[in-house]
Amino acid sequence: MSELIIDDVSARIGDNQILRGVNMTVKSGEVHAIMGPNGAGKSTLAGVMTGRPDVTVTGGSITLDGQELLNMSPFERAQAGLFLIMQYPTEVPGVRVPDMMRAAFDASGRDASEVDARIASEAERLEIPHALLSRPVNVDLSGGEKKRNETLQLGVLGPKFAVLDELDSGLDVDAMRLASSRVEQETNATGLGVIAITHYNRLLDELNADVVHVLVNGRIVDYGPAELANEIEARGYDRWMAMGATEVGVGLGGSLGKLMAPAGAGAAADDPFADPLA
Amino acid sequence: MGEDQRRAAASERLDGATLPSWELEEWRYSPVADLDLDQYEPVADVAPLSPDELASIQADHPTPNLAVTRNGRVVHSQGAIEIVADVDGAVASNGDLFADINQVYAAETIVVRAKAGAMIMDDIVIVHLVDADGAAVFTRLHIEAGESSALKVLEVFTSEDVDALVVPHIEVACADSANVGYVGQQHLGPRVWQIGSQVSEVGQQGTFRSSLGAFGGQYARLRSDCRLVGRGAHGDLDAIYFGDRDQVLDFRTFQDHDAPDTTSNLLFKGVVDDASRAIYTGLIRVAEEAPGTRAFQTNRNIKLGENSWAESVPNLEIETDDVRCSHASTVGPIDEEQRFYLETRGVPPEVADQLIVAGFFDEVIEDLPIKSVADSVRTAVQAKLAQVPAKAGV
Repeated sequence: MSELIIDDVSARIGDNQILRGVNMTVKSGEVHAIMGPNGAGKSTLAGVMTGRPDVTVTGGSITLDGQELLNMSPFERAQAGLFLIMQYPTEVPGVRVPDMMRAAFDASGRDASEVDARIASEAERLEIPHALLSRPVNVDLSGGEKKRNETLQLGVLGPKFAVLDELDSGLDVDAMRLASSRVEQETNATGLGVIAITHYNRLLDELNADVVHVLVNGRIVDYGPAELANEIEARGYDRWMAMGATEVGVGLGGSLGKLMAPAGAGAAADDPFADPLA
Repeated sequence: MGEDQRRAAASERLDGATLPSWELEEWRYSPVADLDLDQYEPVADVAPLSPDELASIQADHPTPNLAVTRNGRVVHSQGAIEIVADVDGAVASNGDLFADINQVYAAETIVVRAKAGAMIMDDIVIVHLVDADGAAVFTRLHIEAGESSALKVLEVFTSEDVDALVVPHIEVACADSANVGYVGQQHLGPRVWQIGSQVSEVGQQGTFRSSLGAFGGQYARLRSDCRLVGRGAHGDLDAIYFGDRDQVLDFRTFQDHDAPDTTSNLLFKGVVDDASRAIYTGLIRVAEEAPGTRAFQTNRNIKLGENSWAESVPNLEIETDDVRCSHASTVGPIDEEQRFYLETRGVPPEVADQLIVAGFFDEVIEDLPIKSVADSVRTAVQAKLAQVPAKAGV
């Protein structure tokens, strides 16, 4: 059993403070969704976890099985078992998935001779044509092809935790189902823990999400079971938006985030902020 | 004009000539003024090629059409290659000083010809060896493709670690509807100076595709003039270059559109590491009588070293309407987003950089006119990359 603990993390990009104390605990096999309006800090949170160079951490800690990730460079975090599916996967001209995967295996002392077989098996599951794999990474691929390609890499590398930054954007329904069901299988087969950033309910259905966290204005302001996503889809973020604004206004700072107990499967749908704000 | 006359004309031009000043546009940024011509002289006695040397070259280049020179003199020739003192119907000079010097001093010309309608299936390979200190080496290659013919030529420059001056000249006459592929790979030693010219003329509906690789030398320059003289002629000029130490790699290109509906596409990609320098200046010239021209010119550079430097100067000179031209040039470090992407897969930054640089060259290598050279070009890139100290992530 592995555990990823995000503890009171704050971060800025340039002069903009984006995250203001985020807390979350994800255990092996769990699927946590992060939903929130545009600009709430969802992708920044993914960037903090994976060590994106433009994100500056201003406080807090993220540990994976007790190891502090924030002290590690991005590739060390990956080697520690964290994987990222980017919202807009970067094109890397001239570099091919098999070479990249072999380099990753080599660097972590794994047997790179397994890579080809693993790629072949993942490609079959994700219905990725062989020709696509001999193309440079993400170059001239459609949105759906890119996300399936990212999912393939997840399957090949077999991480402990994966951050999916809008796995469902740019995907048609079939490709989304293929990719998300592959991730969901991994949560059962290898105990992959997932943090899924999304705007849509459908992905969470496919992933069998355990918890939905609502991120507004750099803080997690609510959480609940997967059904919470239905409400969000029906009514939007209005009621939380007000809350987020109030929080900033009264300057509760990072402490409010502390109220968020690490959320496990089946966490209560109660609004834990009702009292503190009353 | 026959060879004798051309030689006399060149000799006349050389009379009283001095080394070019870097103030001339096509010599800007060049250290040519540091060249001491008196330091070098042609090698009179050239050792024959030993059976072992030949066997090794043949193993690298399994083709029936092979010529080898040592210090500028032909020491082996087999297959569809002629060695002559005189070439008729040669391509007009580009007027470059060193092209003139080559014209006067080259002892012989290596000629490869495809007769009209002929398609030479086996690659023609020319290997130049330089192993004498103080050698002035003048190699001359004449490629002639008759109407609707096709051939492919690989020219490789290698040397021992000697102090030498290499002045190659390559001329290409590509007749109507002919198809010529040329690959030039330069692996000269770290103290060698190379100052070369390539001049091509392409007839109606003809295609000339050239791909250069520059890895060695102290100062290595190649000027390429591609003249599209027949309607619908096409020229592809590609190059990859990788400098390290204090190397200077220097390219001057001219895409001359002299006939209607001609097309040219240039892609030069380079990496500079340590305190090396790269110079690219290119000019697309579209003559008044060349409407319908399509000409593209792209030069991209990755700067790996803090003290490395790349200059990229693209230019256009257009004298007619109805043309489509574009040029683009970039000089910059390794793309941070690409490095980050690879890191999130668990690839350490120094390995990521190697993959990214190798990948950067890939579009040129994939498009080599002679596919079988790709592996050796990749090997040359890897050998250079192995010298790159880990700088990433600092």
